[in-house]
Amino acid sequence: MTREIEKAAGIPVVQIATIVPIMLTVGSNRIVPGVAIPHPVGDPAKGPEADKKVRRELLLKALEAMTTPISEQTLFERK
Amino acid sequence: MSKMTIRVVHYINQFYAGLGGEEAANALPESRKGAVGPGVQLQTIFGGKAEIVGTVICGDGTYGERTEEARAECTRLIEGFRPDLLVAGPAFNAGRYGFACGDICSTVGKVLGILTVTALYPENPGVELFAKNTVIVQASDSARGMKAALEGLARVGLKLASGEPLGPARLEGTISRGIRKNFFFEKNGAERAVEMLLDKIAGRPFRTEYEMPVFKRIPPAPPIKDLGKATIALVCSGGIVPKGNPDHIRVSSAETYGRYNISELYDLTPETYESIHGGYDRVWANQDPDVVLPVDVMRELEREGVIGKLYDWIYTTTGTGTAVAHAERFGREIGAQLKEAGVDGVILTST
Repeated sequence: MTREIEKAAGIPVVQIATIVPIMLTVGSNRIVPGVAIPHPVGDPAKGPEADKKVRRELLLKALEAMTTPISEQTLFERK
Repeated sequence: MSKMTIRVVHYINQFYAGLGGEEAANALPESRKGAVGPGVQLQTIFGGKAEIVGTVICGDGTYGERTEEARAECTRLIEGFRPDLLVAGPAFNAGRYGFACGDICSTVGKVLGILTVTALYPENPGVELFAKNTVIVQASDSARGMKAALEGLARVGLKLASGEPLGPARLEGTISRGIRKNFFFEKNGAERAVEMLLDKIAGRPFRTEYEMPVFKRIPPAPPIKDLGKATIALVCSGGIVPKGNPDHIRVSSAETYGRYNISELYDLTPETYESIHGGYDRVWANQDPDVVLPVDVMRELEREGVIGKLYDWIYTTTGTGTAVAHAERFGREIGAQLKEAGVDGVILTST
C-alpha cells in the first residue's frame, strides 16, 4: 500500500510500523520503526506523558524522513 | 461430459504466420481457417482430441502500439470461430509477442469466457503482467524449445478444455497464478513442520507450504522542501475506524478501505473511534486510537507550524491477511486521490 501510494501520488510516504523486515519486503522507501505492534506510535503502558512524548518523537522522525533525499530504502530510527 | 472434439483457435504473430519479420510487424489482424505455422505441429500433437478450427494473426508492432484496436479486432475474429479454447504462442522471450499473447488470452478469457493458455519464458514481461489472468506454460527463451512448448500447450490446453483441474504449477510446468488450494495430508501440520525442520538441519532439500509473494521496488519520491507549508495526510492499516465501523471494513482479509473526515477532530477518543483489526490485541488502541492513528500529536504539530496542515481526510483499512493485489489497489486509488487533493506527504502507520 505504501509503495503504491508513493508511486501513484509521487509524494514521499513514510511508514511507521514495528516489523522492519516486512516494510523492507513490501518496498517501503522511508521507514520509521514503531514501538510495538498493537501501538506503533505510542507507549500507553508508560502513562499518558511518556506515551505522547514517544508519539511526538516518532512523528518528528517521520517528518524528518519526508524531508530527507534518499536513493534507496532507508531506516530512520528514533534516538 | 467431454465433447467430441475441442474447438481451438490459435493466436500467432506475423513472423510465425510467415508474413515476415520486423518489416511485417505492422500487419493488421487477420484470420485463417485451420492451422498455420507452428499450429500444424500443434494439431499433430493434439491428434484427434482437439481441432484447430482457425488461426488469428496480428503483427507484434500493431498489437503493441495500437493495443485497443488490435485487441478488439482479434477478439472479434476469435469469437467468429466459436472456440472452446484459445492457445496463444509460444512467444518464448519475445517481449511484444509475449505481451500480445498474454493480453489476448486475458481479454478473451474475460470477454468471451473461454479457456486460454499461452507459453512464455518466465522472464518474458508478459508473465508479470498476465500470470494471474491466464495459464502460462513455461517455455524456453527461444524457438529452439518449440517442440516442448507445443507439447506443454497441448497437454495443459486439453486438460483445461476437458474440465480436469490443474495441479500445482511446478508439477504442471506452468507459471504460478498465485492461487492456493486446500487439500488434505495424512500427516498433520506439526509433523510436517518438524520433518521440514529436520530436513533443513540435515541440509536436505525441503519445500515451504506457504510461499511468500515477491514484492516490487520503486525509486523513492523526492523529499518535501518546505514542511511548514506542506499538507500531510495520515493513512492507516491498523484497523482504526469511526466507532461502529460504518463501512463494514473486514476485520481481516480486507477488500475495502474507508475515507473519513477529521477536519473537526483534534484527538481520537474511545467514544469516536475504535480498532476493528483482527490481527493484534486491541486493548490499547481502543483506549486511545491515537496510539495507532496519531491525530492528536499531528494536530499539535500543525498548531506549532511544524507542518502546514493535517489533511482533512484519513484513509484506513485492516492490514491482516489482506491480499497483496487488494493492498496494491488501495494504494493506487488512495495515491491518486491524494495527488488530486494536492497532499505533499503521507505518514502511514501499520500494526
